Amino acid sequence: MTQTKTKAKTNRAVKEKKPSIKIDDLPLPKADLLRIYRSMVLTRALDERGMMLQRQGRIGFFVPCIGQEAAQVGSAHALTARDWIFPSYRNTGTAIHRGVPMTEIIANLYGNSLDLSKGRQMPNHFSFKSIHFVSISSPIGTQITQAVGAAMAARYRKENMVAITDFGDGATSSNDFHAGLNFAGVFKAPVVFLCQNNQWAISQPLCDQTASPTIAAKAEAYGFPGVRVDGNDVLAVWQAVKEALDRARAGGGPTLVEAVTYRMGPHSSSDNPKAYRKDAEVESWKAKDPIDRFRRTLGDAGILSEADDKTLWEAARQEIVQAVKTVEAGPALPVETLFEDVYVAMPKHLAEQQQALRREIEERGGIRHGDGAFPL
Amino acid sequence: MPTMNLLQAVNVGLREAMRSDDRVVLLGEDIGRRGGVFGATEGLSKEFGAERVIDTPLTECGIVGSAIGMALYGLRPIPEIQFLDFIYPAFDQIVSEMAKYRYRSGGQYTCPMVLRAPAGGGIKGGHYHSQSSEAYFAHTPGLVVLMPATPFDAKGLLASAIQGEDPVIFLEPKRLYRAAKGEVPEERYTVPIGKARVAREGKNVTLVAWGAMVPVCEEAAGQAAEKGIDCEVIDLRSIVPLDAETILASVAKTGRAVIVHEAPKTGGFGAEISALIAEKAIEYLEAPIARVAGFDTPFPYTLEHIYMPDTRRVGKAIEGVINF
Ligand SMILES: Cc1ncc(C[n+]2csc(CCOP(=O)(O)OP(=O)(O)O)c2C)c(N)n1
Ligand SMILES: [Mg+2]
Repeated sequence: MTQTKTKAKTNRAVKEKKPSIKIDDLPLPKADLLRIYRSMVLTRALDERGMMLQRQGRIGFFVPCIGQEAAQVGSAHALTARDWIFPSYRNTGTAIHRGVPMTEIIANLYGNSLDLSKGRQMPNHFSFKSIHFVSISSPIGTQITQAVGAAMAARYRKENMVAITDFGDGATSSNDFHAGLNFAGVFKAPVVFLCQNNQWAISQPLCDQTASPTIAAKAEAYGFPGVRVDGNDVLAVWQAVKEALDRARAGGGPTLVEAVTYRMGPHSSSDNPKAYRKDAEVESWKAKDPIDRFRRTLGDAGILSEADDKTLWEAARQEIVQAVKTVEAGPALPVETLFEDVYVAMPKHLAEQQQALRREIEERGGIRHGDGAFPL
Repeated sequence: MPTMNLLQAVNVGLREAMRSDDRVVLLGEDIGRRGGVFGATEGLSKEFGAERVIDTPLTECGIVGSAIGMALYGLRPIPEIQFLDFIYPAFDQIVSEMAKYRYRSGGQYTCPMVLRAPAGGGIKGGHYHSQSSEAYFAHTPGLVVLMPATPFDAKGLLASAIQGEDPVIFLEPKRLYRAAKGEVPEERYTVPIGKARVAREGKNVTLVAWGAMVPVCEEAAGQAAEKGIDCEVIDLRSIVPLDAETILASVAKTGRAVIVHEAPKTGGFGAEISALIAEKAIEYLEAPIARVAGFDTPFPYTLEHIYMPDTRRVGKAIEGVINF
């Protein structure tokens, strides 16, 4: 990996742990460590199940985060409850670690009446207001400038909130990335930019996006520090993000954190990465699987036995199976909801369209339910 | 004559243009190595190399802005926007620059280029992989806006667009990429810009549509025929410039018009056609003009099948104008 000549630095915790570790050497208490591990396992188990549900035609589409659990859970662990998250569609681990119930996550995949977002968006495009997890959209990069604005708003209100925004390596080419970093630098906004550099933007490798040796290096030109961290080391991510949050909270301005990781799965359930990348590359990253790595650390520290691990995985899978059951039993989305939330109150022309649809459905004697899968 | 689908027709059209004209270069996201997320540029990178089939950084503004520069310098760039829904970062380049170069320079500078984008719904893609925003572009003087509904027209219109001197927004109905099949001549040919296609002749009602709504109208016309209603189906193909003559001649014959599009009704291009008919053919009308369109809501995910105009909805409008 190229080192940057800029302020980008590698965190201490990046280094591989030696075989036997004392629990005191780890930077977090045991309960936190286990909670982090559990969220990573839940995220992975959900991804495995989500891909299966899509293959079985039970949901239309799915975006896995496989390989990026450390970046997501590690960063989520550094946040305070009041901080806001401006996520991308590949951020399920963040939501899970913030405590979103599994049924709420899975309901979004089904888009039925249990879905908090009322089936408005494709799977994995969550909105979880109660944990300040802002609504995800598909257009790349749009959340980056918005996070800066929220951070400026919090400072204006003298509130101790720091905004964090997640995005991919591809998103660093977007207009919003450059506008967002520039605003943050100029206004010294309390914001943390977390690039989950997973090396790929669908079929395009990182070298298609930038001639810069690192993504972290880009921060320098905008006048604030960029930090490069091993994104598959959950404690390293936690530490780097925590430092960035602390600095922002203390009035020190923004940080760009580049978490170097890998998209171990397809871009989405519609993608076949074998068409454009080498198996050997995927295999080499499998050896750096963030969950295996953290499990070894916890094992070496004597706080997670093989049996504990097995129980934890089983519990995670069980939780997901239960949630799928609950969601699948949920009622279909009422057709009326199509017209809600366009405006605060339904204007007359929409009310008329809703009325006309009601009449149409009566005449038809009901509606058929949608099927078909997103073909990409 | 080989039979192919609309996607293959686009692919063949691009390949032919690149073989015969070295000014033609393609640029976009995932168009090289991957051959496009739908496969429209499959095999082109292999044949023409990375210099002519350019996998770009992820910025539509960069894609369109640099394509404009290439066009100004004499190339014939064909930028691809992966989904029409992702065109907005390039909106400024399109409406402020690409559309206006000729006019603002008094004709000294021009941007002959073809901006391709898959458009429309019907693939369970939620808001961001489904919208039909042709009206934004039709509302911008200087842009040609095309949308073929058949493989034959896809190849022929693409050839005209690439040969032409004006910037073109070339919308590909992604729902028809594989669904629309037909014979496509192997040799080069063009389909004229600004000329609608009469997809079905009829005497009682004129149906006007474009893109994926054309086969919906054809099917609705087939069902209406069983009830003794004879519908004419007009496939616009060219939204701007609009073939007013064909529409007006048809309405003069039938006295009834139903306009069908996927985009939300308010401000949709159907309003323009409706106004045209009202202005120029009102004396022929035997019933009010009807529009069947998407609801005035964002494009939904779960309820997509409710949102999209279908044959039943078109059929009802046909009955409405007949029974007026
Ligand atoms: C503005 C915009 N252009 C194109 C797309 C299509 N698209 C979806 S994901 C993607 C690649 C994103 O790569 P990256 O930012 O690295 O995120 P990752 O998927 O790797 O998490 C592209 C091109 C989009 N969603 N938005
Ligand atoms: Mg990426």
